[in-house]
Amino acid sequence: MSVYFDEMFNGDGSLRGPYEEIGRWFNAEDVSRLRAKQREAEEVFRLTGITFNVYGKAEAEERLIPFDIVPRVISAREWQRLERGIEQRVRAINAFLHDIYHRQEIVRAGRVPAEMIAGNEAFLPQMLGVSPPGQVYTHIVGVDLVRTGPDEFFVLEDNARTPSGVSYMLENRETMLKMFPELFSATNVRNVSDYPRNLRRSLAACAPACADGEPTVAVLTPGIYNSAYYEHAFLADQMAVELVEGHDLRVVDGRVCMRTTRGYTPIDVLYRRVDDDFLDPLNFNPDSALGVPGILDVYRAGGITIANAPGTGIADDKAIYSYMPEIVEFYTGEKPLLQNVPTWRCSDPDSLSYVLDNLSELVVKEVHGSGGYGMLIGPTANKKEISAFRDKLISRPANYIAQPTLSLSTVPIFARSGLAPRHVDLRPFVLVSPEGVKITPGGLTRVALKKGSLVVNSSQGGGTKDTWVLED
Amino acid sequence: MLGKTAGGLFWMSRYLERAENTARLLETGQRMALTRTKNSAEEWGSVLKTAGVLDGYHAKYDEISKDNAVDWVLRDADNPSSIKSVIKQARDNARLVRTALTHDVWSAVNSTWMQIDEVMKRRVNERDLPATLELIRQQAALVRGATLGTMLRNDIFDFTRIGTFVERADNTGRILDVKYYVLLPTAFSVGSSLDNIQWESILRSVGAGGGYRMTHGEKTRPSDIAQFLILDQRMPRSLHFCCRKIQENLSYLKKDYGFAGPSCEASNALYKKYLDQKISDIFEFGLHEYIQDFLTDLGNLSRQIEIDYRFYE
Repeated sequence: MSVYFDEMFNGDGSLRGPYEEIGRWFNAEDVSRLRAKQREAEEVFRLTGITFNVYGKAEAEERLIPFDIVPRVISAREWQRLERGIEQRVRAINAFLHDIYHRQEIVRAGRVPAEMIAGNEAFLPQMLGVSPPGQVYTHIVGVDLVRTGPDEFFVLEDNARTPSGVSYMLENRETMLKMFPELFSATNVRNVSDYPRNLRRSLAACAPACADGEPTVAVLTPGIYNSAYYEHAFLADQMAVELVEGHDLRVVDGRVCMRTTRGYTPIDVLYRRVDDDFLDPLNFNPDSALGVPGILDVYRAGGITIANAPGTGIADDKAIYSYMPEIVEFYTGEKPLLQNVPTWRCSDPDSLSYVLDNLSELVVKEVHGSGGYGMLIGPTANKKEISAFRDKLISRPANYIAQPTLSLSTVPIFARSGLAPRHVDLRPFVLVSPEGVKITPGGLTRVALKKGSLVVNSSQGGGTKDTWVLED
Repeated sequence: MLGKTAGGLFWMSRYLERAENTARLLETGQRMALTRTKNSAEEWGSVLKTAGVLDGYHAKYDEISKDNAVDWVLRDADNPSSIKSVIKQARDNARLVRTALTHDVWSAVNSTWMQIDEVMKRRVNERDLPATLELIRQQAALVRGATLGTMLRNDIFDFTRIGTFVERADNTGRILDVKYYVLLPTAFSVGSSLDNIQWESILRSVGAGGGYRMTHGEKTRPSDIAQFLILDQRMPRSLHFCCRKIQENLSYLKKDYGFAGPSCEASNALYKKYLDQKISDIFEFGLHEYIQDFLTDLGNLSRQIEIDYRFYE
């Protein structure tokens, strides 16, 4: 029997409640038909162009993220709990950001050390005193959750900058609906397809005061060679708004305008998928060709809404992450509903010595890293890797945090040998506007396709699954 | 619509049209080479010249050989106008303007690139050449069908059409530019079998053999061919037809936008100067000068469209 919690099968091989229909369906299916369907799904993805580019590889290399046909199912009760916890956390993140860029009460109260803010690369002094429309900083958030037991969910990471993956949530569902319509007639799966409409509405609700009539929304992409370009185009298309690049934009009369066939037209809300550093060559990285010179000045003067706001990275930084329980309590006055993974901050000497003594059992991450790069997974690393990482830790301790290796839950994939358990995580997508917090019932389930692997990132051989939230 | 998007649509269509025309040119070249084994190098030279890739070819190869010429035109990555290169560029432009395209048009363009990329991983040998060229023509037809069948008739469609017809007019013009001498009325052109082959090949390279017979009967006469390729109003690859379409689509844009740049007037002037004419006048003026002037003015019109609708910064 596995030591990991499997979301589909109980220890005795019987089906867990939410998976009863799926299990019945799978047993009645012909394996070769399923295999054909799996290939068919990949063909659909390739033709639609749902690919991502791998950085550092030849420009021509567009890869497909493998899609697994066995859905990941979450019961109505489980979802309700998650929803409450996510909403609480996202509200706290926005309150934290507002505070950090204004009075910094949380620092004054001694709950977060001042050097965690001022010395942080993700902190933008240019944002001090700026209040975005509706006090919304993180219009779009992806909260990464992992599960270790029937009722044990942990937040692994908050993505408060430019979370990606929502197009997979939507395309995975479309693909499943096309291939297995009969499955959906038999189960009560909640709809995810209104995400783009909600996104547009949510963005429009954050338009600046100068917006005239129906707000003009646009999506800013770094361009067709960006790894998530497909998603940028997909979202712009689904929201029926323009997909712009930096060189389509310029500041005209205090507004950020896009070059159209009829002249320059002002944009009210810019959903940017470009990092802070590249947003404005006048205010940040002067070499950036992806951004718009002067956009930050327009923003500070209230001429445009940028979503997410510049400087939100201070809230999803891995060092700040360890303070999230305090942050939630400080701003909501409630105990956090979702747990944090226990985290050792290596900047603290006691923690560092504990981490160094227990490297082979811990996961060590770079504070500013993402995409699964630059991390050490102690239990699967060899001696050489561990000793190399030890040197890095000693030379720059503040650059790292460490966490226990979690026993991530598994969901079966349809492998060569039939159903086989693989580790998963979950990224639900959250929209924040003055109208409220909206969480799409579903999300992106990433699955480590390699047996035993705990790394689910697509850049490291992970795949995805359709994620079902059941109706009561 | 973004100026960049208009530019992307325009170039996507130009590249797709170019791929199809180049495929037809190769087909004709292949057939000519099979018919007259003696002067095959000369024939391939004229194919390379018509496709506008002769200089590039000579930078890579000293002598013109059939295999190298075919490979250069078909798939060489060093040749920005090879069929493979232009289909890649068409697909990149389609990605750039993905939000302006219907799902059907996008998947048609994307599947075209995926298949061509696969087929052209290696040199295409003589036996497989016809099927490869057929694939290109079929895919071009698929994209066109999806465009006509699924796209709204708005400015997106207008820019797509303008790109198609600018490229097509340019292509028909180039064929005439390279082969004009075959159509000149000289003492020698009395309809020998060699002449007939040349004339047929001109018609074939614009896919107009059947249309010509339907209009002028089975007898091929150079002045009729010139008239058909330049002035015929129903022949979808004639200069007349293409210019009419460019004019038409620019006037839709004018109506839609409530303004027009100099390009709209330039398209009317182009029509009036070159196509409101009789074929005898054109021969009198000089066929070669006529075609060269036309190509220059067409190029200027194309650049003016890019400026008027703000394709670039």
